[in-house]
Amino acid sequence: MMTDRALPVLTVLLAIFALWYAAAVWMNAKWVYDQASRAGTTVTLAEVIPQTMAQPRPLLPPPHQVATELWKGVAAQAVTSKRSLVYHGYVTFRGTMMGFALGIALGVGLAMAIVRFRVMELSVMPWAIISQTIPIVALAPMILTVSNQMGIDNREVPKAIISAYLSFFPVLVSMVKGLRSPDQMQLDLLSTYGASQGQTFWKLRLPASMPYFFASLKVAIAAALVGTIIGELPTGAIEGLGARMLIGSQFGEPLIMWAALFAAAILAGGLIVIVGLIERMARARMGAPA
Amino acid sequence: MIWLVGAVLVWLGAWALNVRLAASAFGRTRAGRLAVATLFGITLLVLWEGLVRGLAVSPIILPGPSVIGPKIAASLPTLWADFVQTVVKGALSGFAIGTAAAFVAAIAIDRSPFLQKGLLPIGNFVSALPIVGLAPVLVMWFGFDWHSKAAVVVVMVFFPLLVNMVAGLQATDPLHRDLMATYSASYPQRLMKLRLPAAMPFFFNGLKIAATLALIGAIVAEFFGSPIVGMGFRISTEVGRLGLDMVWATIAVAALSGSALYGLIALIESRVTFWHPSQRK
Amino acid sequence: MKDTTQIGQPVIEARDLDLTFQTGDGPVLALKDVNLTINKGDFVSFIGPSGCGKTTFLRCIAALEHPTAGTLTVNGLTPDDARMRRAYGYVFQAAGLYPWRTIAGNVKLPLEIMGFSRAEQEERVRKVLELVELAGFGGKFPWQLSGGMQQRASIARALAFDADILLMDEPFGALDEIVRDRLNEEVLKLWARTGKTIGFVTHSIPEAVYLSTKIVVMSPRPGRITDVIDSPLPRERPLDIRDSRAFIEIAHRVREGLRAGHHDD
Repeated sequence: MMTDRALPVLTVLLAIFALWYAAAVWMNAKWVYDQASRAGTTVTLAEVIPQTMAQPRPLLPPPHQVATELWKGVAAQAVTSKRSLVYHGYVTFRGTMMGFALGIALGVGLAMAIVRFRVMELSVMPWAIISQTIPIVALAPMILTVSNQMGIDNREVPKAIISAYLSFFPVLVSMVKGLRSPDQMQLDLLSTYGASQGQTFWKLRLPASMPYFFASLKVAIAAALVGTIIGELPTGAIEGLGARMLIGSQFGEPLIMWAALFAAAILAGGLIVIVGLIERMARARMGAPA
Repeated sequence: MIWLVGAVLVWLGAWALNVRLAASAFGRTRAGRLAVATLFGITLLVLWEGLVRGLAVSPIILPGPSVIGPKIAASLPTLWADFVQTVVKGALSGFAIGTAAAFVAAIAIDRSPFLQKGLLPIGNFVSALPIVGLAPVLVMWFGFDWHSKAAVVVVMVFFPLLVNMVAGLQATDPLHRDLMATYSASYPQRLMKLRLPAAMPFFFNGLKIAATLALIGAIVAEFFGSPIVGMGFRISTEVGRLGLDMVWATIAVAALSGSALYGLIALIESRVTFWHPSQRK
Repeated sequence: MKDTTQIGQPVIEARDLDLTFQTGDGPVLALKDVNLTINKGDFVSFIGPSGCGKTTFLRCIAALEHPTAGTLTVNGLTPDDARMRRAYGYVFQAAGLYPWRTIAGNVKLPLEIMGFSRAEQEERVRKVLELVELAGFGGKFPWQLSGGMQQRASIARALAFDADILLMDEPFGALDEIVRDRLNEEVLKLWARTGKTIGFVTHSIPEAVYLSTKIVVMSPRPGRITDVIDSPLPRERPLDIRDSRAFIEIAHRVREGLRAGHHDD
């Protein structure tokens, strides 16, 4: 299964790298020609290509330049330095975790209420769906300012709110589905034992919902990270990967932008892998085939 | 204080009414469901207004609905211009291009198992990445106007749509495929008569995800540079000068656009995939 | 395109047929040394426990599987060529109707693919829907019909392009006994009216005996034919023929054949 996929995936990755290099040459060449014509010299194609690989402000940095910048940001700084990507990555990670936890709590809580009370389903569920069609980014600067005005200096809180806003929904939807997954026969069995609502919940509904819960976590963690980064973007944030992207953009430093982008991608990959492992462990404990 | 108590009372009263409605036979009808949801939405607004007035919240922290409403009415031309710039030019054009590209790419990939195996894991991974981060790069490439916003939207919607569409094209029933084989159907016939119709529920699933992403992308991209029009621009400048009523007015427009786009897609979905178990009436 | 073979002429011939599936647990002999001749106008049932290769053999005839050794001809052609010439209609275990098409649209599907004219399509749909007693249901969607009606629609779909051979793979397995009895009667009527050659997979002994002119008993590991019984029953068969002595004798022989092949479990 794994080896079956390795070759195609590697091929596609190689193709992406090749395209990337080609695009880097093509996009960055203009700058080289401009420099040359300003200096009154002409350059041959053979001279252009190396010069497209190491510009200070490339339109599209080639992969190795991004890798170098990333390495500089990760390994060549003290971890506590404001220029360290580890530091900014950690800030983003912390925000993501808070939002993720908040989102899970909110999603599970609402799901329980919705499954238990019909009025909750009728009144809250439609608005939960509508809430996801609202572009949260419109709210982000707002939430930041309001928290500021209210004297919450800690930037973590508004970030966590935005992050939770995006991540609670997949959990909510899956949990509602999961808590409702026991079929009528299983429910009937418990009522022949005279089980109470609470017993039915603890002994049947909750265990039955667990596979759904863990399956939703992967989506939720990705959403939480996006939310955190969006929360770091607007109005003068100084910490976190989102803020690095903004700084790179405002000061015209594409390399900073690209390094932050890839740091975010690596963080996302790591988080998804970890959540995937947790999911698999949980499934194994519940006796599902690994 | 009277406002606060009043608002809470109204909210409690409405909630009690909703409890009764939900338990009644009316609550099982379509109109009943709509009524309960609407009532709940209205009570939230009342509660908001009551809190703002009762606690005398400064309008530079949180203006109440009674301030935001008139502001919307008074700023219609500006809001319309922002809407056209961000939603129509940025989000919708990007959404259309991204959808078309993903559709064509999915069909192209569909013929090659090798590409499927190679691209699907990568596509799945990329759709979980914070692609919004590409916004500053694309703004640098395509300039401040709506073209860069559309580009961000294209990149954001492409992967979720691709992954869903490829999964959809593969999701045909083996029985249905065997049937096509017994007819010696050609590839285009299989595609048109079986695989595309069968992929539609997946495609619309992707479209619904993409609709939300499209608006997010278009607005975020404006934080990285925009002309002096657009919803993202409006929000960041008005927040800067504490014009929160205008910010909320823009948020209201954004919310409305997002819900309308989603609703439109859901409506088309129910027409196209009427046969799917989730849509049958 | 009408073939000129007469009743009694061989239409399907299998000689020393082998089919081995490569699975994760090593090769599986799905069919071993299968020899069989099916004549024009025959109603042939394939019966046996699961894993005996009865469905696999039917799928080989339809070129949905390909034998690894031996020869198989349909109307003197390879199964693939026969398929290109629309030699057979296939009815699956489940109706397999496309949910996004109406009943009429489903019956029309093979006609569209095979390039019949519009008018011809309409005419044929009307005719076969009448044949399976679904006239008036053409505008309904599959999920609005009962399981039995869905299966009838899928038979209409297989009949629509008027192939000479009808292959049916446990078509009534998922239906209840009463519906199944009625459909069995209808299939017999259809067979009498159209003179088609029918291959019919089942695991019900009464069904096989009631329907067939020839019963092929198969057994698993490896999948092979253990007995071929030519039925002495007349072509006209009322339901109560099942209480006759001849019927019970054939059923007994089938049961014995099944038991003999069933030594190991």
